[in-house]
This record gives sequence, C-alpha cells and structure tokens, in this order.
Amino acid sequence: MVKIIVFKLGEEEYALDIEFVQSIERIQPITRVPNAPSYVKGLMNLRGNVIPIIDLRKKLNIGETNFTDHTRIIISKYEDIELGFIVDQTSDVIDVSRDELEMELSGRMEFDAFGGIVNFSGRLIILLKMEELVKTEVK
Amino acid sequence: MDLNNYLELFIEESKEHVQAINDELLKLEIEPENIDIVNEIFRSAHTLKGMAASMGFDDLASLTHEMENVLDMIRQSELRITEEIMNVVFTCVDLIAKMVDNIEQGGDGTEDVTEIVRKLQSIQNPSIIHDEERVSAQNEAATTKELVIDEFQRSIIQEARKLGNHVYEVYVKLDERCVMKSVRAYMVFQAAEDLGEIIQTDPPVEQIEEDQFGDSFTLLLLSHHDRLKIEAQLTNISEVKAVIVTEKTEQELGNTDKQNHLNPNVTDKPRKGKENQKASETKKKPVTKSIRVDIEKLDRLMNLFSELIIDRGRLEQIARKSQIPDLIETVEHMTRISTDLQGLVLNMRMVPVEQVFNRFPRMVRDLAKDLNKKVQLVVEGAETELDRTVIDEIGDPLVHLLRNALDHGLESTDERIANNKPEEGRILLKAYHSGNHVFIEVVDDGKGINREKVLKKAIERGVISEEESYSLSDQQVYSLIFSSGFSTADKISDISGRGVGLDVVKTKIESLGGTITIDSTPEQGSAFRIQLPLSLSIIYSMLVKVAEEIYAIPFNSIVEITTNSDNEVYTLHGQKVIQFRGQVVPLIELKEVFQVPQVESPKVNQPLYIVIVRKGDQTIGLVTDTVLGQQEIVLKPLGRYLNQLQGISGATILGNGEVALIIDTNQFFNEKG
Repeated sequence: MVKIIVFKLGEEEYALDIEFVQSIERIQPITRVPNAPSYVKGLMNLRGNVIPIIDLRKKLNIGETNFTDHTRIIISKYEDIELGFIVDQTSDVIDVSRDELEMELSGRMEFDAFGGIVNFSGRLIILLKMEELVKTEVK
Repeated sequence: MDLNNYLELFIEESKEHVQAINDELLKLEIEPENIDIVNEIFRSAHTLKGMAASMGFDDLASLTHEMENVLDMIRQSELRITEEIMNVVFTCVDLIAKMVDNIEQGGDGTEDVTEIVRKLQSIQNPSIIHDEERVSAQNEAATTKELVIDEFQRSIIQEARKLGNHVYEVYVKLDERCVMKSVRAYMVFQAAEDLGEIIQTDPPVEQIEEDQFGDSFTLLLLSHHDRLKIEAQLTNISEVKAVIVTEKTEQELGNTDKQNHLNPNVTDKPRKGKENQKASETKKKPVTKSIRVDIEKLDRLMNLFSELIIDRGRLEQIARKSQIPDLIETVEHMTRISTDLQGLVLNMRMVPVEQVFNRFPRMVRDLAKDLNKKVQLVVEGAETELDRTVIDEIGDPLVHLLRNALDHGLESTDERIANNKPEEGRILLKAYHSGNHVFIEVVDDGKGINREKVLKKAIERGVISEEESYSLSDQQVYSLIFSSGFSTADKISDISGRGVGLDVVKTKIESLGGTITIDSTPEQGSAFRIQLPLSLSIIYSMLVKVAEEIYAIPFNSIVEITTNSDNEVYTLHGQKVIQFRGQVVPLIELKEVFQVPQVESPKVNQPLYIVIVRKGDQTIGLVTDTVLGQQEIVLKPLGRYLNQLQGISGATILGNGEVALIIDTNQFFNEKG
C-alpha cells in the first residue's frame, strides 16, 4: 500500500506520494524572484528556511492559481531539494494499492510529471512524479 | 571498552603528529645539528607508535618504530644526518600519512612497509650493535606487553627532576565493594593528572579501563607537589580506601628498571598515546582546557543563532512601533547580548589558516626539488583566523598560486645568478586581518609578469582585440591571466600551466565572496592578493527598495550612495552614466534587470538613489527608489532548485518575516564583459 495526498487543481484531482511531503501550509507572503521561470512564484519564509514556491497549475500548464481561502502550499522534499507547491485545495490522504497505482497513461495524456492514474472508488486522480517536478528546465 | 570509540581520536591525533613531524623535519633540514628538533620528532614518532600499537595497527607501529630507532640514533649522535636519511624519513612520513588516511576511510591501515623498513634498517645497521635493542623494541611495538621505563620516559623523568619535580610511586587501593572500579580508577587518574604527570601505571591503563584489575593499582607520578598533598587529594575521591605515596630516587628507579627486566610479570606499560603526548605538550606550555566539538554541532549552533538574529530584528520593529519603554529597554539589552553572542559564535567557527598553511612548506620543498630551483618559503600570519567554511575551500586556490609562483614566477637558478639576484628564490605566504576582511598574499621575488607577453597571448587567444590592448592599465593586463584558457608559460609543465588553473582560482575565490588582485614589477616579482570576508553567513548589507520590492546589497561591495538629483545623468552610446568623483560610472536600473512590476502611480519628482558598487577598479551605479538603511542579515542559500539566478546570490529573512533577495553585484560587471 502507498499513502498519497490528494489535492485539487481547479476541478481536477492530483496526488503526491506522502513520502515526499513534509507539511501543508497556508499562504504566506511570497517574495517574487526576478529572472526565474514563470512557474516559480517566489520565495517563502518557512520557520527560518527560505523555500522556493512553485505554482503547480502553471508548472503543469493548466492556468494559474488564484488565491482563495482554500489555497494551500504543500511543502515537499526530494533528496536535498525543498519546494512548496501551490494547490487550490487539499482534500484527503488515501491508501492505494500498487495495482490501483499502475494504471498506465496512454496517448495524448503523456506528460513527464505524470506517474499514473489512480481510480479511487470512481474518482480519477493523477499521481505526480516528484522526481520530475524538482527538475529545473534547461534554458 | 570498544576501540572504535577511540578511532576518531586516534586519527585526529595521528594526523597532528604526522603534521608535526613534517614541520620539524623541514626545520631539521635547515638546521641538521639541532638536537632539540630531533627530540621533538622523536617524541611525536614515539607517541604515534604507541597509539598505533595500542589500536592494533601493526604495520603502522612497526614502521614508526623503525623510524623512531633511526631518530634515536641521530639523537644519541650515533648517526649523522645525510640527505639520504632525510629523504628516507620523508618517504616514511608520507607512507604513515597514507596509512592514517586509509584507516580514516575505514581501511585497516595495512601497507607494504617492507621496502622502507629495510631502508630504515640499513641506515641504522651498518653494524649490528643495535640489533638486540631493536628486536626487543619491536616486540614492544607489536605486542605492547612487556616494557620497562623506556628511553623516552627516562628522559622525561630526568628533565622533570631538573625542573624540581619529584617522582612518586602512588599505590591506590579501592574499596572492594566498589561497583565500577574502572570509573573510580579513571577519577584517580584525572586527579593525579591535575597534580602532575602520570608516567606509568601498573597494571596497564587498558587493563584498568577494562576493569581487569583487583582492588588496587600503582601509578608512577611526576609532580612538584609534596607527598602529603597528593595523598590528601587522592584520598578525597570516594570509594578510594587507601593511598600510599612514596618518593622514588634515581637509584630506586634504576632498580625497578632492573627488576622489571628480570620479572616481566610485574612490569607495566607506559600509558601510551595521549599521555605521552600530553607530557610533551605540558612541558612546552601551560595546559589550556579545550574540547573537541563536532563541526556539525557548530553549524547547527550557527543556524539557530541566525534564527535568533531574525527574531531580534522583528522584536526591534515591534518595540519601535509599540513605544513601550520597558519593552524597548529589554530589546536593546537583548540586542547587546546577542551581539556579544554573535561574536562568540562566529569566533568559535574561526580556525587559524595555519591548518591550511602548514602543508605548504613540504609541498614547496618537494616542488622545488622537482623543478631544480632553490626556494625559501616564508610564512607569515599563520595564526590569522578565518571562518571554517572558508578554510575548507581556500586550500586548492592557494596550492595553485604557490605552484604558479614556483613554476612561472621564479626564474631558474642560472637565470637568477645571471641577473644578480640571490640564488635562492623567496616566496612569501602571508595572511592578515584588515577591517572586515582577511587578506592572503602570495608574493615571489621572481621575474614578474611580462606585460607584452600577456598581451600577445591574450590577442592570440582572442581574449581581447589588438586595439583594446593599447588602452589597458597594467592591472587590467595582469588580470587577463585569470581568463580561462590562458597560459603564458613557454613550456607546459606538470607543475602548473596547462592553461586551466588561474581562472579556476578566481572563480573559487569569488564564490567565497572574495576578490583577487595582482601586483607585479618586472624583474622584482609579483604579488597575488586575495581578499576574503571574515564570515560567510552573517553579512552587513544595505537594504534598498525598488518599487515595492526590498533587496539587500552587501556592504563590502558598496563604495558610496548618491542621488540622481546631485548628479546629472547622461546617455553615452545608449548607456546611462553619471559623472562621479571624476569617473564616468555606468548605471544599471534594477527595475529593468529585475523586471520589477511597476506600481500604479510612480512618484515622478522623487530623487532616485544610486548605490555605487565596485569590483576591482571598476565601478557601476545601481539605481534604486529608496535606501532603507543598513542591517545585519543572515545569508540563506537558495538551494539547488534556483541556483543560477542572474544578479542574485542568495536570500535573507527580514525583521517582518518576509524574504528579501541579496544582490550579487559582481554579476553586473561580468555582464558588461
């Protein structure tokens, strides 16, 4: 079994492996970073650490996040890289079995950061690959 | 007790001893007649041997042992120092260092020592007189079992006597109901060490530590206190039942010596390693109490302290706003304390550059031999302290500069003689503090940098154009040798000058927040000067505002701050400039390079502030909206994800908890080409 944390980007549901997730934070002041890729929203002070914040919708090319009361930042860590992802809403943490995880994406749905689709009692959830998300684009 | 606990200590101390031996050997090369130096080396070698043997590294022990024998013969004037002997001993030390490295990396420290051991033996052994002694001593090194008061200890005793110390035999009996006898024994050792030096114990320390003894043990103690005082001090320790202190005369000691010979069962072993080292140290200087701390702990302390500084900033802000006198007073007090604390924390992380410098004499010696040049390396200011992080990084650049000075800077011996210069070249390695910076200089008295040659190469390599070359100052020409793919050496050698190198040096220094400059006089030599910040993590900076965004500019690059109302802005070839103190200073609009979003109603009549920053002898002006004031900021790295942001070197957290970016002014110069 794998624990994944499910969140919403617009009406769609996405998920990250909870192994990489450190905490979920409310929106705090974010400092813009000049000359950074457009999906880098900026830097945030999280208890004394400076963490880059990624607008996940922009990163996945599905628009831009508008901040609401539900907007959250998922703080994640992969190897030594700490990143925060802005999501529209976090819903729940669910257990999925390996089989459920391994539904393949095919054809038009291919995207490097997509790790597979989870069918959780009728909900279709896209599991994101952390190792792809932490890659910076080569300019 | 598990030996692994001591392994780290063993490695650290072994390294110190290897370094000490290296240093002293170099001195010995200059003053071959100085027996004091031989004694120093002998002590270090002896300690090393003892430590290695007790840790079970037999190869290391037997090698050091052979070396010790040779040294002993030199000490006793039975052997004269020749170059051959020096070379063998140097090789030997190298091998020891290699073994210690191997042990550090988890190996067992085995090396093929037969060849070098054979060389060492052939030095000692044109005659066979010392054979017997060696065999017995070898046993000692290998098994660490039977031992008498050895040469070294006898010499300590003799010296101590001269200084008015007494030799006591201290018999200690513990309470038979005592549960942790080894701990009590340890306390006795501690107390005894406060009173003097422990030379021997019976049974050996290792056995005592492992609880393998009855209720009693005996110490041989050197002390200038009288008998009663020692008795009183030791009896004070709880669960010690009886203490009998008897003074030993020289004859008696001789006797014990003989008895020991006859009856190996009652002999004991010196407390090796640490004790002996202590003994040799205490003689030189009063003991300062210090502890070794894991560097990671210091880093954590530093991090925690940085957080405190951020909170302090926040508190100051709140206090100012609130106008509560009590709060303001308390915050001010806290500020003063934390400033002191900061000094202390930073200080703790400071390490003398000696740590890096002390491997250079050996390196220079070997290099000079390879190059067939005569070189004297003068080291000054080795006690100058630098932040630990800088120390770790500065070694390679310095190696490079020294090699460069030796290979390219200094002429060959023939050339020097032809030019009426002293045959022996001189390289000065000097460190000193000045203001908030540390300077390290590498100065040689060689041929200096040939301007024409550098220019010719630079044009050949396409670094500059021919027209440009006429207008360059000497300084600018010299700095060309830092550009990548540049080598002025006529021949490519192993030592330096493969065309890579000096540019790497420059990049490294700049990554440490430092700068490097060159001075040179033809036929008189060159000087490379490195300027480094004292600390990397807390820096003074000027906070400026661009539209609604706050940026920090490090103080060390700022020359002056002015406004555009005081200085008229001209446009030259599309580039905005101001005239400032007789210089034309190009302006850089931070608003443009950082693409700062414009605020609704720009206030037109407000003067713009121009922060003039410097790199080497160039200046530029950064245009900002407002200058907020100076502040101590804590440098926070941006991490691997955002590593190459143009014009940004890092981030910091302001008093209000928000993140501000730190401007890397150097990059604006690079951009200009």
